[in-house]
Amino acid sequence: MTGLPISRIELSNLVIDSLRDILEQSDRPIPTNLDEHTLLFGKGALLDSLALVTMVVELEQRIEEQFGLTLTLADDRAMSQRNSPFRSVGALVDYLEQLIGEESGSD
Amino acid sequence: MTEREVVLITGSSRGIGRFLVEHFLQRGALVEGCARNPIDWELPGYTHHHVDVTNESQVKAMLSSIQRRHGRLDIAINNAGIAAMNHALLMPGETAVRILNINVLGSFLVCREAAKLMRRRNYGRIVNFSTIAVPLRLEGEALYVAAKSAVEMLTRVLAREFAPFGITVNAIGPTPIETDLIRGVPREKLQQIIDSLAIRRFGTFRDVAHVIDFFVNPASDNITGQVLYLGGGG
Repeated sequence: MTGLPISRIELSNLVIDSLRDILEQSDRPIPTNLDEHTLLFGKGALLDSLALVTMVVELEQRIEEQFGLTLTLADDRAMSQRNSPFRSVGALVDYLEQLIGEESGSD
Repeated sequence: MTEREVVLITGSSRGIGRFLVEHFLQRGALVEGCARNPIDWELPGYTHHHVDVTNESQVKAMLSSIQRRHGRLDIAINNAGIAAMNHALLMPGETAVRILNINVLGSFLVCREAAKLMRRRNYGRIVNFSTIAVPLRLEGEALYVAAKSAVEMLTRVLAREFAPFGITVNAIGPTPIETDLIRGVPREKLQQIIDSLAIRRFGTFRDVAHVIDFFVNPASDNITGQVLYLGGGG
């Protein structure tokens, strides 16, 4: 995908930084390697449902503050997707790219 | 981040909302308020937002502005509301929708966006408005009572959902207070309500502020999901 106002690396870093902060705040162990393969939610993943809610809100706020974009991550569409966009860091970055593309009209 | 306590009051242009603006300014807080109409007054420390609480994007923009300018929100008071006294058989559908939207949807949107801001400091106090008309099952106020019942349940459930973020959510149920909200209610009907209370007098703005002061006190951190009625009629 091209023409997005935010690069994939920036988005990936944003998600990983948010994840690290959420884990720290909730006193959970932080794995040495956090990358796009890291599982966020579901079996064997890092976040429980409350931590995921916090993560979604945190990301919405950071995207607005850092890039001036107001996104709603947890809409009905996201919740009804068979492959949840919240299952891993990579899936979430894909989803963010899609939303930002729609928001900025570059898709 | 602003050092002073930041308070948001909806429906702040007049009546109880306006009184609460001055009440919190006197406490030394910075006060943010909103109403559907512009206001013709100014007070130092007060910022007005021209916002309809049922409009999601306007509510979000208002809370973003508070975050940008102050970096915190300590207290949110969901005072905005409307009532319409009418027999259910004569209640227009459009009025019913407005009553539900402003009282229920409006309170929900402000609670949600306020909590997003409050959770960043793991602290917050939200106070919603119910009414004594709920426990009295007041005839002629079916939609208003239904909407405020919904606000009470919203308060109780959000109290649980927001507790992990250090946010309490409570509600006050005032007795009739002489404001625009009860302007259209016949005097004998109001007297009937007053007569059914343990303490038979009209409520005052000060009564409301007193309960709110209790709910928003930092020491009230173990008090959430509660509805407190004035006048002993609950």
